[in-house]
Amino acid sequence: MSAARYAVGIDLGTTHCVMAAIDLRASDGDEVVDSIEPIPQLIAPGLVEERLVLPSFLYLPHPDELRPEDRTLPWGKPLPFVVGELARSMGGRTPIRLAASAKSWLCHPGVDRRAAILPVDAPDEVQRVSPLQASMRYLEHLRASWDHRHPDAPLPEQEVVLTVPASFDPAARELTAEAAATVGLGHLVLLEEPQAALYHWILAARGEWRKQVRVGDIILVIDVGGGTADFSLIAVTEREGALELVRVAVGDHILLGGDNMDLALAHAVRAKLAETGTRLDFWQVQALTHGCRHAKETLLGDTALDTAPVVVPSRGSRLIGGTLRTELTRAEVAHILVEGFFPAVAVSAHPTSRARAALTKIGLPYAQDPAVTRHLAAFLTRQIGATRDLAGFEKHTPDRAGFLHPTAVLFNGGVFKAPSLLHRTLDILNDWLNTEGAPPARLLEGIDLDLAVARGAAYYGHVRCGRGVRIRGGTAKAYYVGVESAMPAVPGMEPPIEALCIAPFGMEEGTQAELPPQEVGLVVGEPVWFRFFSSSVRRTDQVGTVLDQWQPDEIEELEEIAATLPAEDRQPGEVVPVRLHATVTEVGTLRLEAVPRVGAESWKIEFDVREP
Amino acid sequence: MYDSEPGFFTRLTLALRTFGRILTENDFASAVLRLERGESRPLAVVELPKPPLRETSPDSALQLLALLQQDGRFVDFLEENVATYSDAEIGGAARVVHEGCHKVIHAYLQLEPVRAEAEGARLTLPAGFDAAAVRLTGNVVGQPPFTGTLMHRGWRVAGITLPKIAEGHDVRVLAPAEVEL
Repeated sequence: MSAARYAVGIDLGTTHCVMAAIDLRASDGDEVVDSIEPIPQLIAPGLVEERLVLPSFLYLPHPDELRPEDRTLPWGKPLPFVVGELARSMGGRTPIRLAASAKSWLCHPGVDRRAAILPVDAPDEVQRVSPLQASMRYLEHLRASWDHRHPDAPLPEQEVVLTVPASFDPAARELTAEAAATVGLGHLVLLEEPQAALYHWILAARGEWRKQVRVGDIILVIDVGGGTADFSLIAVTEREGALELVRVAVGDHILLGGDNMDLALAHAVRAKLAETGTRLDFWQVQALTHGCRHAKETLLGDTALDTAPVVVPSRGSRLIGGTLRTELTRAEVAHILVEGFFPAVAVSAHPTSRARAALTKIGLPYAQDPAVTRHLAAFLTRQIGATRDLAGFEKHTPDRAGFLHPTAVLFNGGVFKAPSLLHRTLDILNDWLNTEGAPPARLLEGIDLDLAVARGAAYYGHVRCGRGVRIRGGTAKAYYVGVESAMPAVPGMEPPIEALCIAPFGMEEGTQAELPPQEVGLVVGEPVWFRFFSSSVRRTDQVGTVLDQWQPDEIEELEEIAATLPAEDRQPGEVVPVRLHATVTEVGTLRLEAVPRVGAESWKIEFDVREP
Repeated sequence: MYDSEPGFFTRLTLALRTFGRILTENDFASAVLRLERGESRPLAVVELPKPPLRETSPDSALQLLALLQQDGRFVDFLEENVATYSDAEIGGAARVVHEGCHKVIHAYLQLEPVRAEAEGARLTLPAGFDAAAVRLTGNVVGQPPFTGTLMHRGWRVAGITLPKIAEGHDVRVLAPAEVEL
């Protein structure tokens, strides 16, 4: 760690990746020398350019599609796949060969994330990749790019911080860390994206931040990126006279972002064109989505305009004759975006969900309710007790309150580049606060909405070397395994299940939980499955706590986990009593082990395993 | 030039062709005479004067044109016959061209006006001004300093960064033909 020249922050995003660096030798405390690391990438066949962002797209070309010399990168021999801007543009024309949103797939509990499933619609002859492999390709490109630009300071030797959504489950975190380790970045640290955004705010304020928040503040971070919406609550406390930040709650994983908004506008415009008898093909819909994004930015940025033109260029060389022209009106944007994604709802509103069709095609579990404000309302209502046990906050939320009252808000993500959407969200939040007689929340400003996460992550790398304020908080969930309760069997009824707490809320990196007093039996030589649960609200459960009943929104069931005891010197079929032991690694992943009553050995319990 | 000795038939046809030219062309006949007398001389190496004009490399010009076509459909637009379309139709296409080309120009070139003053402003050019960056028009007489009205601010490129080209990349293909399977 001491050999590191740079702290490097990597934002491995759903739609694009960003890499930022801080020169540790030139930085001290609040005086930080930071930069965004340009990423060379193919932008057209045979053309390489340095860009600030690497689009998170992987294109798997046909062997005859691109000549090797047109796939050459500055650091070596041509690869059989394309990553970045060229991948995105080629995928726009040939979607069956494009792997996209790998990050959302990485957190999709319904699929095997190590299995080659992407692109989902690829024909059989395309060599598909797994969500894990796709993530590796992006990290590989970032590493090669860094090493090419810094031959004297290779990336594995730097203080690397990789960001993940706060809502990522233990399996997705472990897969992310595994992808990084595979490309030689085994020593990195994971950081939650909303925290990274707050770190960037601290960095951008250059020491002034201490004047903008005070002890007793609760900062709500609303991060709506290209593909996901992520919420976190961070409390400002005091220790030994210095301000301290504690992350007290994170939201659920919501697949809802700016891309959904552009797509919604494109669908509306497409319907408008269809009324006049114009049908669009796939390529044109892509161009239309692009045109709508541009028109949206124009309308949301300039309040004097009432309409913005949307143009879909022709595919052929006859540009004028074949180009479709329509327009997007302010009223349409207000209706579709503002009312659709940011409706003024009461804080008691809950996201609507509809039953999914039984035979759904394999796909991402997109949020069924597009209303960001309803998801936010549900989050704040659910986390009403988030600060109840925090010293100094006992009286923060009045007894009559219906939700947790934030006192400051930090927005992040490209969606909020539109000031009207930012203020709309803030106004709705302040309405909720006003209804309960609480003062309005302050807006924390000054962050770079597109690049904040990477820059904040790099700053965290700097802070980890002991130079600046750290956000504490540990794991944002408590974890439980399901054990069958010891009850006489009743024919036709499943034995009721109890949840045994094995990892309490708030475990810090590099710490271990105690061993629970309860033992479970593992059968030697065959995998034993456990139901696995988490809770983002039960803050006081300790290791060994057994729940025999709980509220439906209190505990969430995750994918099953499995342990296999090697037969070695035991009889296959023998049952060995073990205790389940939780550790949070230095990297920031949860590790579960089965520890037998005697002997020094233990066995790792795997997340993301498939039943045969 | 023949690398090897010419064969019989080659020599025969050569003899027949030179026969005719010796009879009809004065210069040719005297050159053959000199050769026949053994006065063959090596080609004189003439020191050419350095040309005052130089060729520019077409690579970056073609590369920029390809980028303008890729993002702004520039070549498509110029190569289309605009006479048959209404202004509204041309306007729709012009938005594509404007948006894309604007993005390209600003992504790769750092453009800045030559003069910071507003157009229409009066300004004075001192002696020794850069005649390449400021062009005088109208009543051009007398000695500097010159005072006049700024008609056009001019444009200058302060920096240019074009994408790097892979070895073997054919810059003459501005836009590949697209074939959908």
